[in-house]
Amino acid sequence: MAERSSIGPVEEQRLAFTDPLALAAGVTLPAWALAYETYGTLNAARSNAVLICHALSGHHHVAGYYADAPSNLGWWDNLIGPGKPLDTNRFFVVGVNNLGGCHGSTGPSSPNPATGQPWGADFPVVTVDDWVAAQAKLADALGIDAWAAVVGGSLGGMQALQWTISLPERVRHALVIAAAPRLTAENIAFNDVARQAILTDPEFHGGHFYRHGVRPTRGLRLARMLGHITYLSDDQMAEKFGRKRRPEAGHFGYGVEFEIESYLHHQGDKFAGYFDANTYLLMTRALDYFDPAEAYGGDLAAALAATRAKYLVVAFSTDWRFSPARSREIVSALVKHKHAVTYAEIASPHGHDAFLMDDQHYHAVLAAYLRNIKT
Amino acid sequence: MTHPLKRHDFDVIASWMKAGETVLDLGCGEGELLQLLGARGVSGWGIELDPGLMLAAVENGVNVIQSDLDAGLAGFEDNAFDHVVLSRTLQTVRHTQQILAEMLRVGREAVVSFPNFAYWKNRMAVLNGRMPVSEDLPYQWYDTPNVRFFTMLDFESLCDGMGIVMRNRLVLDERGAIVTEEHNFLGSLAVYRIGRGS
Repeated sequence: MAERSSIGPVEEQRLAFTDPLALAAGVTLPAWALAYETYGTLNAARSNAVLICHALSGHHHVAGYYADAPSNLGWWDNLIGPGKPLDTNRFFVVGVNNLGGCHGSTGPSSPNPATGQPWGADFPVVTVDDWVAAQAKLADALGIDAWAAVVGGSLGGMQALQWTISLPERVRHALVIAAAPRLTAENIAFNDVARQAILTDPEFHGGHFYRHGVRPTRGLRLARMLGHITYLSDDQMAEKFGRKRRPEAGHFGYGVEFEIESYLHHQGDKFAGYFDANTYLLMTRALDYFDPAEAYGGDLAAALAATRAKYLVVAFSTDWRFSPARSREIVSALVKHKHAVTYAEIASPHGHDAFLMDDQHYHAVLAAYLRNIKT
Repeated sequence: MTHPLKRHDFDVIASWMKAGETVLDLGCGEGELLQLLGARGVSGWGIELDPGLMLAAVENGVNVIQSDLDAGLAGFEDNAFDHVVLSRTLQTVRHTQQILAEMLRVGREAVVSFPNFAYWKNRMAVLNGRMPVSEDLPYQWYDTPNVRFFTMLDFESLCDGMGIVMRNRLVLDERGAIVTEEHNFLGSLAVYRIGRGS
């Protein structure tokens, strides 16, 4: 077995596109850029490229670390590297920050060429289809005609699924992990509360907070706290925090008393410190709008009928944000039209966040599937 | 672990299918049957609950869906497959009638193989006061995954009652040789090809 280690120091790259991008919202972006990273080597046949699509708060720094920031590990470093399940000795892996993001790709915090000021609320709402279209332009630029695989968890899994629908001839395998074919009313409800927290923050200023030199950190913090609850499982919270109190906490007040409160506050503060509020709004809206079956009268199987990829669909037992039943909808729709599909339902206590964890069985399934992909 | 005799009923099952047809293999284990069928141009999907077996099936490159047979085949549409196979698994399923009805709902026809409890060696074991342990019933009473113990006659009687017709039947002894007479006495493993009654 190959040595299992980090890909090591990596470098962020950025590619500016001058051909306009027409978006689902009816707006055309005249010029735009994507931040990305690559790991491994593109082979001569250009047949070993794998695209990693990120979830709500993710970005292009998927594996390795920066030479000047060795503790800043990529968010899926446990999966990607030499000898790891997504083996960079075999595959050329591309991580990308989506359009509308806040980690280097064009988004609401980037300057609007028309004004020179940050786009803010004027940045168009983008959809999963738009992301796939933008990622395809990056693939063109990198000389990749077809991905060996497109891989993503959660909202990233939705992009992997959309790739197979939008550009069926350009993706051979889709790894759709902890995803859903569309959001439920409950999912949208959670997103709405998160957005309301941001939209009603006095420092949001209708999305133009940049020009006021402030950030709606209170709203963003609440949004993240709410979101974070939905990423965990009841079991895991009970085990990790239970009803534990902080030793220094007082009683009969409203301060931080329970450990779970302290944890959520910490997560909220950390996130609000770096994430852009407009990007958060945009990402949650993209989630709400994602529904490839909509154009087919709600028939997901019909939406997937013309796809040509092979699929690995993975769900986690305690994920209640996108439960295994949602993944099984995708599997049923694929089987209906005789598509090649494998489905793993991983027993995990970690809820939705399990897709980011280094679970032995989960990674063994991914490794086995990826090993069988021809390059 | 691959049962050494599996190959015999797999060859029989494969002979009942044509290239271009589709099959759903319930309890597909490591996917050996699907590999065999795939090599003969039959496209297949397997269902396997056990994580270790499911992983092995992924390693073997077959389509495997991790799911519990006792939860039924609700995710599959009527007539989704040409064949549905339940190989050496019927005796481990609690809801026998439900799984047979479901197999013939999602499949045009079904193949079922199971150990025959009335095989003469099994009868001898019980006469001698012990539960049978054999090639086709390889477990002790306390660790067996089998929850239903039945004979060929029992199965045929159930099919009759459910309006299921038998299209083919192949019976093997403990060594995998074809049994041509006294099936319910000399047969250790029975393979049935069944369909819906008209």
